[in-house]
Amino acid sequence: MNDVNGSGPLEAGVRADGSASGYLARRTLPLSVEFARQFRRRRTLVMFGLLVALPWILVAAFKLGAGSAQPGPTLRLSDLATEGGLNFAAFALSVSASFLLVVAVALFCGDTVAGEAGWSSLRYLLAAPIPRDRLLRQKLVVAMAYSAAAVICLPLTALLAGTLAFGWNDVRVPGTGETIAALEILPRFGVVVGYVLVSQFVVAALAFLLSASTDSPLGAVGGAVGLVIVSNILQAVEALGPPREFLPTFWNAAWLDALAPQPEYGGMARGVAVSVTYAAILVAVAFRRFRRKDVVS
Amino acid sequence: MSRGGKPAVWTALVTVLVLGVATWSLWPSAPEVREREQAITVIDGPDDDRRVTLDTSFFPPAEGGRAPAVLLAHGFGGDKRSVREEAVRLAGEGYAVLTWSARGFGRSTGEIALNSPDYEVKDVRQLVDWLAGRPEVLLDADGDPRVGVTGGSYGGAIALMAAAHDARIDAIVPRITWHDLADALFPEAGGRGPENGVFKRMWAGLFFGRGGLPQGPAPSPSGPADPAGAAPRPLTAQEARCGRFLPEVCDLYQRVAASGRATPEAVRALRRSSPISVPGKIRVPTLLLQGRRDSLFTLAQADANARAVAATGAPVGVAWFDGGHDGGNGETDWIHEQTLGWFDRHLRAGAGETPVNSPFTVTRDGGRDPGTRRPVQAHATSGRYPGLSGTVRETVPVDGPAQKVAAPPGGSPASISSVPGLGGAGGLGGLGGATALNVSADMAGQSAHFDSAPLTTPLQVTGSSTVRVRVRPGDEATGGSGRGTPAREAILFAKLHDVTDGAQTPLLPEGLVAPVRIGIPEGGAGEAAVTLPAIDHRFDAGHRLRVTFTTTDLGYSTPSAPAVYEVELASPVLAVPVDPSLRAPSGGLTWWTWTLPPVALAVAAALLLTGRRRRREARDPALADLPLRISGLSKAYRDGEPAVDGLSFTVERGRVLGLLGPNGAGKTTTLRMLMGLIHPDAGEIRIFGHRVVPGAPVLSRLGSFVEGPGFLPHLTGRANLELYWRATGRPAEDAHLAEALRIAGLGGALDRAVRTYSQGMRQRLAIAQAMLGLPDLLVLDEPANGLDPPQIREMREVLIAYAARGRTVIVSSHLLAEVEQTCDHVVVMHRGRLIAAGPVSELLGGRASTHGPGPRLEDVFLDLIGENA
Repeated sequence: MNDVNGSGPLEAGVRADGSASGYLARRTLPLSVEFARQFRRRRTLVMFGLLVALPWILVAAFKLGAGSAQPGPTLRLSDLATEGGLNFAAFALSVSASFLLVVAVALFCGDTVAGEAGWSSLRYLLAAPIPRDRLLRQKLVVAMAYSAAAVICLPLTALLAGTLAFGWNDVRVPGTGETIAALEILPRFGVVVGYVLVSQFVVAALAFLLSASTDSPLGAVGGAVGLVIVSNILQAVEALGPPREFLPTFWNAAWLDALAPQPEYGGMARGVAVSVTYAAILVAVAFRRFRRKDVVS
Repeated sequence: MSRGGKPAVWTALVTVLVLGVATWSLWPSAPEVREREQAITVIDGPDDDRRVTLDTSFFPPAEGGRAPAVLLAHGFGGDKRSVREEAVRLAGEGYAVLTWSARGFGRSTGEIALNSPDYEVKDVRQLVDWLAGRPEVLLDADGDPRVGVTGGSYGGAIALMAAAHDARIDAIVPRITWHDLADALFPEAGGRGPENGVFKRMWAGLFFGRGGLPQGPAPSPSGPADPAGAAPRPLTAQEARCGRFLPEVCDLYQRVAASGRATPEAVRALRRSSPISVPGKIRVPTLLLQGRRDSLFTLAQADANARAVAATGAPVGVAWFDGGHDGGNGETDWIHEQTLGWFDRHLRAGAGETPVNSPFTVTRDGGRDPGTRRPVQAHATSGRYPGLSGTVRETVPVDGPAQKVAAPPGGSPASISSVPGLGGAGGLGGLGGATALNVSADMAGQSAHFDSAPLTTPLQVTGSSTVRVRVRPGDEATGGSGRGTPAREAILFAKLHDVTDGAQTPLLPEGLVAPVRIGIPEGGAGEAAVTLPAIDHRFDAGHRLRVTFTTTDLGYSTPSAPAVYEVELASPVLAVPVDPSLRAPSGGLTWWTWTLPPVALAVAAALLLTGRRRRREARDPALADLPLRISGLSKAYRDGEPAVDGLSFTVERGRVLGLLGPNGAGKTTTLRMLMGLIHPDAGEIRIFGHRVVPGAPVLSRLGSFVEGPGFLPHLTGRANLELYWRATGRPAEDAHLAEALRIAGLGGALDRAVRTYSQGMRQRLAIAQAMLGLPDLLVLDEPANGLDPPQIREMREVLIAYAARGRTVIVSSHLLAEVEQTCDHVVVMHRGRLIAAGPVSELLGGRASTHGPGPRLEDVFLDLIGENA
């Protein structure tokens, strides 16, 4: 402990910007570091565990409760879940997209900055120094990557679980009960998963904005989930008329149109427009606020 | 978040909220619509000698002034109250609206004459006279008001009949009504007219039944009902038999209903109540809104009306909406919009720049509402109404062997196409509301099927398909033994099914069926060209079209004598009408779908670009060798209390500087500004000549430990330090990790998760983190917290040695003894201000001790902050 002072080079490579040797702003907080920092968290692992386990739980539920449910007069997605792997994946996505995936995305994006503030590690990252814009950017990229992994993980696991449990069959669509060839629906399935991801952008962006604004991870996650709940309530009020179309969650179920015999992409296009709009502005506000913020955590 | 900006945000939010509430409460609400009830006495009858009092309600235009008038008629079985809501809506749009209970309904007197020109039509003419005398009504000429008529079913027919008989009526919007009542009640799809029609007994029974019994208190024959309500009295035989029908109408109905055949006299009487009797006389703009789900007044009725009006050259619009006497959505709002659009265009001068109405509109399935996933309607429009035969006729081959079908004795069991009164239970004039039930069922042995091949492309049928059928007695082969003569005619019910190859039951679009009566010459076969029901239906690819003939239908009278027929197609083709020009507005990639995202991106870019702080001159070469210079630094808390106030001092290279001050002196705030975490309100900090701003590169030469450690609790101590160093982006070999770890002295605990550490362990790990990379300027805030005395001493030695090589150390502390032993210079702060700075020896030397042998820093400090009085 005593010879620590003897060895280090003093001001060996001071540069014009005053930085220490080897420091480059654009090399700070590499994505791999941020991935590693977030990955080992119990939260991350529990969430992925849940997303992977859910399809198997659903499979078990369908196997145990087989035959007890009477199909109603119209075929619903849930009536068709046991038709095959693709049907099952669509069902699993439909039951989880409206809430479970929202929570997962809000968690990954809402905790990312506020969590650091909560641990007090944010100030040391900023003093490292990681420029504020870069810190947010890297964190946003990683949070979105985890969110995307969550959104993709669930239908893929469901596809696997459903295929093992119910076989690789053609898709029967709800309502008319028509069947569509599995290979024909597969690319549409990719579109659906992509759309579900894009439709979560609003939640992600809001959670991220709250995360950059508050020191409380719970507040950031809860605020974003709260928005989804309020928006879901409002969109059920048809009396609100056309303004409902601009509610952030209004088009979230539009991906069901892609699984109809004649796929219809109008609703999804609008959903993408609304989602991208909100997300762009919320993320920009997040950057702007974080730049000016006094970090006191 | 900028602490100073928060109140502003709240103020803005509250302001917006207050403004919103104020606007909402003060916004001029739609002017209230008043209703004036009035009994109007009219004279009618063939000889103009019947006095009838009509119970009316007048709704003056909400905006005041003179406005066009609308006569709003109710449906069969209703009265003026059943159209009140619609009247209020139209009055709210600026029309003078008059509703009335037709003679024989509600509290009006008189008997039902089925929209006879001698009775109801004369009544309406006098209502127009009454309107002409109102000061609220716009006049075309003296005694000639600007007036439109609308109404559904029975009310739709009076609109047509009144327009034919009163030239003062300027526009009409009849809904779900008839062109030829005889044809509606005695349809015959082979073109042989109502005299040979098949009696639509269930609908007819319901239709006449609604008028059969008095509704509410029985009116006295001479005047409107006593408001107090007359005591209920038993019905007379005539009332029980005919209710409020005119005796002639009642007798007529009883005769035809008993026989199931329309006599020429009955046809004549029914046609007197029908627009068919007034060809060429309806010369006003007419919008015909007919329900797609209507087995009583089919689309063919509207088609006949459209052709009749169009023949006079008057503008005609036709819409097939999702509704009708069999139910469906009803589309109340859309109907209102269309009605309003038509009247705006034809009753208001200068209005209707953008026509609401299309010459031809069909409501189709519009998928589901994306928010609620409930079914919604799409409106396909076309610039031309093509009639029921489409703009193009396609032929679809249909095939099947000759099939034997039996007509059961008594006509029972009967096939079911639709059940009258179920869907449209809201009243004959009502627009329904329930979704139609698919109750269609064909009885085995009673039906013959002729299928097409599965379609290769989807086929949208819009109109009436036609097919030729041949029928011969089916028991001729057995010589007709013992059954009397073979049947001389056959009644068949033709349907067009949508069939999927699968378990699903064939779909009968809208539950519609076309009855046909085919005469069979002796020893031969009867043939007929059958016009199938008019529908708008999409047959998907892979589906089949199926033409079905059944011998029975629940809704119709069929002969009670049993018979067997052999049914085959006279030619194996089905002629199918299509209208490719009928298109729904493109599923609505509305303008904002494309414009919103780019606009948002532009706004986002603007937010980001304007949010940049301008970098002022960041580097002062003269100070390149000075580790720290703070000049005029100020920062206020959000409440305005200064945390740091005009602080200035410099730190030379190689020093160990003590930053002294009691709690709340502003030490930590200063250090946070030094790290670029807080924006100073005034003044600046320069490290080696470089201004400190958030993320300034020069901060890479600063090692800091301020206000406690900050680690990721789930990672080990070693992983924390490694990841922290990797986050700085600097080469691993510059970290001097081994030395830092030696300072931390954590031993085996280094590979445990930080969450298991004690306070002292975290403290040491944090100091090690601050020393990573051996920074030229090391800032430690209360480093001795949580360390035991030997560790404190060790720490002291480390810091002194660290500075001895030309690096600089700043130690902030409120422990005076600690500073005295470690530092060579001190800066004393109190309440945000600098109150003393200089070498420790100087500060000590300048004072005389008050408590003992030598001067102690504690005394000096207490002196300085004025607590040692």
